[in-house]
Amino acid sequence: MVKCVENQIPLRIVLAKVGLDGHDRGVKVVSRALRDAGFHVIYPGLWQSPEAVVRTVADEDADWLGISLLSGTHMTLVPRIVEMLRAAGLDHVGVLVGGIIPETDVPKLLELGVARVFGPGTPMAEIIDFLRAHGSRTHA
Amino acid sequence: MATAVDRKLWSQWQREIEAAPPGEQPATTVSGVPIDPLYTPDNLDGFEYDSSLGYPGQYPYTRGVHATMYRGRLWTMRQFAGFGTAQQTNERFKFLVAKGQTGLSTAFDLPTLMGLDSDDPRSLGEVGRLGVAVDTIDDMRQLFAGIDIGKISVSMTINAPAAVIMAFYLANAQDQGVDWRKLRGTIQNDTLKEFHAQNEIYFPPEPSVRLAIDVIEFCTRHVPQWNPVSISGYHIREAGSTAAQELAFTLADGLHYVDQCLARGLQVDEFAPRLSFFFNAHNDLFEEVAKYRAARAVWADRLRNHYGARNENSWKLRFHAQTAGCSLQDKQPEVNLIRVAYQALAAVLGGCQSLHTNSMDETLALPSEHAVTLALRTQQVLAHETGVTNTVDPLGGSYFVETLTRQMAQEARGYFDRIEALGGMLPAIERGFFRREIADAAFAFQREFDAKHKIIVGVNAYQEAERKPLDILTIDHAVETEQVAQTRRVRKERSGEEQRRTLDAVRRAAEAQENLLPTLLDAARARATVGEVMVALAEVYGRCDAAVV
Repeated sequence: MVKCVENQIPLRIVLAKVGLDGHDRGVKVVSRALRDAGFHVIYPGLWQSPEAVVRTVADEDADWLGISLLSGTHMTLVPRIVEMLRAAGLDHVGVLVGGIIPETDVPKLLELGVARVFGPGTPMAEIIDFLRAHGSRTHA
Repeated sequence: MATAVDRKLWSQWQREIEAAPPGEQPATTVSGVPIDPLYTPDNLDGFEYDSSLGYPGQYPYTRGVHATMYRGRLWTMRQFAGFGTAQQTNERFKFLVAKGQTGLSTAFDLPTLMGLDSDDPRSLGEVGRLGVAVDTIDDMRQLFAGIDIGKISVSMTINAPAAVIMAFYLANAQDQGVDWRKLRGTIQNDTLKEFHAQNEIYFPPEPSVRLAIDVIEFCTRHVPQWNPVSISGYHIREAGSTAAQELAFTLADGLHYVDQCLARGLQVDEFAPRLSFFFNAHNDLFEEVAKYRAARAVWADRLRNHYGARNENSWKLRFHAQTAGCSLQDKQPEVNLIRVAYQALAAVLGGCQSLHTNSMDETLALPSEHAVTLALRTQQVLAHETGVTNTVDPLGGSYFVETLTRQMAQEARGYFDRIEALGGMLPAIERGFFRREIADAAFAFQREFDAKHKIIVGVNAYQEAERKPLDILTIDHAVETEQVAQTRRVRKERSGEEQRRTLDAVRRAAEAQENLLPTLLDAARARATVGEVMVALAEVYGRCDAAVV
């Protein structure tokens, strides 16, 4: 008889482009790689406001939020989103940031509660392994 | 050139190749095109020098658009610049000119590119960050203060609101007493590629193209030395396309603009000579050279044989090149200097008319003065020390490069057929054809990189644990406050009545499908903001949300 492996619910991750930034090559590649790796990916497209992102995270019952920013606005938009997640009682949702983030800003983002910053040249496996290792606090 | 190959010698070589152990990595271009170990006359069946290649400055221009190319005149070294307020960018422009730069190129900030004012809530945190903020003609005046725009050529990278910005530029030129017929430069004004790749979208595709054609039509009649569109593959490539897709989609966009200009009643030889192009200069040297050579040949063929253009200048594809931003890495960033140098070499071997070399720190921030100076010096070394300018099209006649050039042209024509089968440019956009093709190519490259079939030095090989951060340019948050205050001041000072009257005229002209430039010029003079004009137009044209692929 075939033995049933652990019944796994796929991790749910919202990937978000916020603000006016149109650089979506990275976010599309990541969403496809995560989908292929068995994650449930929700990507609502460009130009999301922080409010809209938080609403999507809540509506989709997400485990993770990945914010993609290549426009230099991360120090304005990420703190707002993190704050709004907290206010909405969604602090169990892990936050990842990807894109062009100067090294000096990385510790500031981690301080805010961002779990990890993935810069350019990150192999997809690194993101996948990170998510698998950390799992879900939403569906713990 | 296609002389007979000695079969005996060839077989001997073939046996050696077959006996040799296979290489570590499959030999493909950065676009994934397989490359043979050797190219010989066999690859160039039917190749005749005069009919297949010809001379530079002659149809089909595979070898270059000018007879003497860089022996006559070097390419224009044009570094893209812009950040903060108009005054800060004006200072950077003067700095670049003092360092020997021969043309100016303006980067606008994201709110301006998206047609939003600096005080729009959506602009928060974005003002002056990736380029200069221009809300009104006052900012335009400040941007070029003390620079003789009748003498230096100016490029402006803007698309969705291009017609509005062009009106600001022209109205300002008039204020400065500069005759429009003397103005030289380029406005990007290529809204089609925004839908494929760049995503700075405001109106739906059809009115977006209409606005672009308004600029082309107006400049054809009144600003004859200006390039009213820069048909751009750069962003398509940055979004992850292959070289052949970049070539094909760019030329297809160009052909769509030609069709639309003809539909307006313009004659092909009136506007085609001033259509200009903008390509990426990526890592794969020979593939890039083939791309530029094929671009010229395919365009010349279409314009002459399909559209019946008679003016030779209509057949010539002139292009600006920029080294590939997406190839730059944040690990060991000084290595980017080397990447940029090879990419610049490709653009020059491919016969570019102007070139921007990226600065080594551009994956981190906008370039510092030190980094931008080195980038410019890279071009100067190429131009004056390497000797590559001494002869025209030095790679012409290479079995390899000629084969690649042919393949590239063939691939482009194959894509033209596929686009036509989808019903043409706009239906293909609506069906997500371009976005899907590009996203597939981007993903394919990522897999090659992850599998280490494609090596990026310092990133998936030859890493260094220690990191030496570069000094980078930071934009002060005060810029946003200052710019918002400036725009609000203009709103207070100007005549509200004039502003409303001119915007009404813009709306009426849009409804009547008239060329918008005359009314946009009036709105510019009445100090209407970019955002106000775009909102007025959206009342007629509607808005567009980016499709998700």
